[in-house]
Amino acid sequence: MAGTQSSIHDVVVIGGGVVGCAVLRELSRYDLKLLLLEKESDLAEGISKGNSGVIHAGFNVPAGSLKARTNVAGLALIYPLADELGVPHRKTGKLVVALADEDRPRLEELKAEGDRSGVPGLEIVGESEIRRLEPLARGRWALHSPHTGIISPYELTIALAECAWQNGAEVRLEAPVEGVSYDGGLFRLATPRGVFSARRVVNSAGLFSDEVARLAGIDDYRIFPYRGEYLITDKDCGLRLGMPVYPVPSRDDPGLGIHITPTLEGNIIIGPSAEPVGDKRDAASTRQVMARLKAEAARLMPGLGRTSFIHSYTGLRPKLVDPRGGDRFGDFIVEESAVRPGWVNLVGIESPGLTAAPAIAGMVAAMIGTGLDLRERPDFVPERPRRDRFAAAGDAERAARVSRDADWGEMVCRCEHVTRAEVTAALRNPFGARTMDAVKRRTRCGMGRCQGGFCTPRIVEILQDEGVPVERITKRGGGSRLFYGRLKG
Amino acid sequence: MAGQIETCDVAVIGGGPAGLAAALGARRAGAGTVVLIERDRTLGGILNQCVHDGFGLFLYKETISGPEYAERLSEDVARESVKVETGAMVLDLAADRLLRVNSRQGYRLIRAGAVVLAMGCRERTREMIEIPGTRPAGIFTAGSAQNLVNLQNLRLGREAVILGSGDIGLIMARRLTFEGVAVKGVFEILPWASGLERNVRQCLMDFAIPLELGSTVVEIRGRDRVESVVVAKVDGALAPVAGTERVIPCDTLLLSVGLIPENELSKRAGIELSPLTGGAVVDETLMTSVEGIFSCGNVLHIHDVADWASFEGFAAGERAARFAAGERAAARTVRVSAGPDVRYALPQLATAGRAGVEWSFRVTRPMRNVRIEIKGRTSGRVYARKKFARLLPSELQKIKVREAVEEDIEVGGHE
Repeated sequence: MAGTQSSIHDVVVIGGGVVGCAVLRELSRYDLKLLLLEKESDLAEGISKGNSGVIHAGFNVPAGSLKARTNVAGLALIYPLADELGVPHRKTGKLVVALADEDRPRLEELKAEGDRSGVPGLEIVGESEIRRLEPLARGRWALHSPHTGIISPYELTIALAECAWQNGAEVRLEAPVEGVSYDGGLFRLATPRGVFSARRVVNSAGLFSDEVARLAGIDDYRIFPYRGEYLITDKDCGLRLGMPVYPVPSRDDPGLGIHITPTLEGNIIIGPSAEPVGDKRDAASTRQVMARLKAEAARLMPGLGRTSFIHSYTGLRPKLVDPRGGDRFGDFIVEESAVRPGWVNLVGIESPGLTAAPAIAGMVAAMIGTGLDLRERPDFVPERPRRDRFAAAGDAERAARVSRDADWGEMVCRCEHVTRAEVTAALRNPFGARTMDAVKRRTRCGMGRCQGGFCTPRIVEILQDEGVPVERITKRGGGSRLFYGRLKG
Repeated sequence: MAGQIETCDVAVIGGGPAGLAAALGARRAGAGTVVLIERDRTLGGILNQCVHDGFGLFLYKETISGPEYAERLSEDVARESVKVETGAMVLDLAADRLLRVNSRQGYRLIRAGAVVLAMGCRERTREMIEIPGTRPAGIFTAGSAQNLVNLQNLRLGREAVILGSGDIGLIMARRLTFEGVAVKGVFEILPWASGLERNVRQCLMDFAIPLELGSTVVEIRGRDRVESVVVAKVDGALAPVAGTERVIPCDTLLLSVGLIPENELSKRAGIELSPLTGGAVVDETLMTSVEGIFSCGNVLHIHDVADWASFEGFAAGERAARFAAGERAAARTVRVSAGPDVRYALPQLATAGRAGVEWSFRVTRPMRNVRIEIKGRTSGRVYARKKFARLLPSELQKIKVREAVEEDIEVGGHE
């Protein structure tokens, strides 16, 4: 990549999570030379893949905080944005249920907080209305939020990046920033894939945003990772949940409490726990928490305790709150550094960061605009390259596709009905993400009940057809190789 | 396209040992057009990756390898002018026997006079048994590993641990050893092996691979690739016993922790499934709760030996052909339940007054000197009795009732 080393980018975004990609896409409206650097083998490999996928309305955070303001602003932006980008989502509504009368005041506090922040449509409902809204939930009272919704956080992240790419932005994967220098009004970012120069830098490095800031000489932040474990049910578990159901949040819980959330495909997600851990990469599941998730989910939805689970996953929250004491609330930090003008830090963007991402992106664009001349591109395309799904198509459309291109006739994933055409398209993504997990996130291969048992050998073949040697086939880059070469030479 | 619906007499879904036999059975019973739909590129199903010996003892009276067994059945199918479609997957099955099929040749709708389900099974995963820990590369189900090693010639790792003593896991322990992988042990949560005795002997003991019963993997470690697993003893309730944990360094974990009949299509057709077998509830003709849809092989219940899946396939194919020709069964009023020490008995339903019905069953635990009896639920009469010197849960056994039965019956064991 020798050529890019000498060229100067107007803005480099560090971190390919949903916030970084939202910033990149927002900036791609303007006539700027843009680059996003991601340390992992794909986008959305960090916080953005390990959460509940809920579009929050904004009543869980204190009115007046940046969290509340960007959440409420983001709520208004994210639905049209998802439509524009063709990212599947659904406005489901949400219930926060109180199992006993004595919890009702907490619901009223939440409603009051939400009302103060301008969250639309909140109301407290009783038992019969709970049943009408969500027959699988139970409770004495509930706070109903009609504008809450669900979305796939990694699909949104990838779509934002693809849209930005289509508008000229570059993305480099496996490019962790390891050193920063500043001279002559330019930041120089050293990565294993080259040194990149930038007039402005947006640090959206999530869990590692404190460390990246420190590289630039900004020693203002400290991130505390909080682990959250999840379980996912089979789509065929016999329970169709219509909307997320949350418990009344406990004052001691650093999260929103263990809740149940439907996916767009019909699974139910249970979680997350909230536990401070020492290592930002410690995404292990534990026996104790898995048992607790099941017990708490069964309280919200009797019957869930007996279902079968097809997957577990774990996310890490980048909290600014020290678990050993001190402040209980840490607000989002979205600020330009005083010591390093032109360097914008986005720190502590945990929940509701997914919903807030488009609003944060707007704030960042405004900050960049005070120093750089932002001229809107007349040729900006707000959509992203189209992605067709075989499983979503009707009979006539399926037949037409197969007759046009036989690859639509070759089934690769039997559980989620994914064809070879979709896998090939995913592998030819503009960023060069060619891991097993990259295919999984783009196509749903391996997300079904056989968890890749059937499709893995098939994807391994296709990867080789696409020019990836066996030794370089990985689960998610780095040392996560699947194979140690071939047998018998 | 949408306007055109192809038709056939019998559609067989799945071209493994059961489906191949079903297609043959249907043709030999006089079905005109028989379509055999297989999602893989070649016929044979899982047989193709079972390169070891031990197939065909009952069907061909000699032991041959899986691919040879598949080849023989496939050759018979070729001679019987069955319409074979490989690389074709049935995506949907409706109760009125309308199939949606996708292949590189096209996406089509097929209406069948009768359908035979022979989709086989899938493997239980790490997530289903909820092993805590990290999610690195290097975790494979035994069957996937078998495919990658035997069909794609890939080296999976250097040091492996195998969880579960199902037959594929045992066979893979031997296979990996042949390929120079150090198999550090096979861990089985139950107090007995899940696979066949001959496999324990020939695949583990002959290679000095340790089999640890009553123990399981309680944690997976390693961020990018498996670095080690933690194993522990379990108590009588199969819960890990604190203090017995042991860390075993390895880069590969194979799971052979059970098979699940793959009944996604059956569910779409509204077929009643048995919680005991995971397969369809069938009568003695192997017909499911939906008229004209039959089931056989591992999609009906997990078999120990491929030959028995084929025998079931022949029978299901024959019955499907007769249904397609207009034959209708009498009411199925005899209900069959599992009694003491019997996990399940199949078929679950039978036609009252029919004589000579044979039941398949499995026991819940290893037993010696057992009497298996089929007893009338109201009369208490014993319709059949069979003695076994030994019975193992890994073995699928059979017992036949010669006379006609008119009441609900129970299959039970007496040690």
